[in-house]
Amino acid sequence: MEITLNNRQEAIGADSLTITELLKYKNFTFKFLVIKINGVLIKKDFYNTATIKDGDDVAVLHLTSGG
Amino acid sequence: MHQLGQKKVIALRNNINLINPEVKVNAIDIKLQAKDIIKIFSDCDVIVEAFDLAEMKHMIIETVLSEMPDKIIVSGVGLAGWGNNNSITTSYSGRLIICGDGETEVSDDLPPLAPRVGIVANMQANQVLEILLGRGNY
Repeated sequence: MEITLNNRQEAIGADSLTITELLKYKNFTFKFLVIKINGVLIKKDFYNTATIKDGDDVAVLHLTSGG
Repeated sequence: MHQLGQKKVIALRNNINLINPEVKVNAIDIKLQAKDIIKIFSDCDVIVEAFDLAEMKHMIIETVLSEMPDKIIVSGVGLAGWGNNNSITTSYSGRLIICGDGETEVSDDLPPLAPRVGIVANMQANQVLEILLGRGNY
């Protein structure tokens, strides 16, 4: 499938992925992330169940300490 | 130096009042939790996130985006260290606006220093003015 990940086109060798699978695939290991699928916030509790499909627009924002 | 030992919220209120005595500041000294955020910021047009810890940033962003559907949150992410002016930008994701480089994290080697912290804080303030006064997309 082809998705948009953080405003970039990305080809992934699967028909669908959960958020957890995507994070593993991309090696995103940050503890605190804000994740949206097609503009809708996905809370951490749903990372194992929310699925990403072909054509989806996914944002994975990394939160770092400092303020 | 004369403010050493004071609570941040009290010192900030005093400083703002010295700049402009007409400004009303409601200083609240608590450790914020999701339920407090929903209550305390219910009348705000824009919420500015300036927490130290990523964990707290995560908590307020999730709360605002999921529980407060008419609020915009302007967050600061990635301001540690020094130099590299042009890495600091503003990114827009619906009601979440992030100012900063999006990646540097405060550590022993990368302390929060006034210049980059100030740049990000001023960008957040500038973004809030754009939202409140118009001229932007808000």
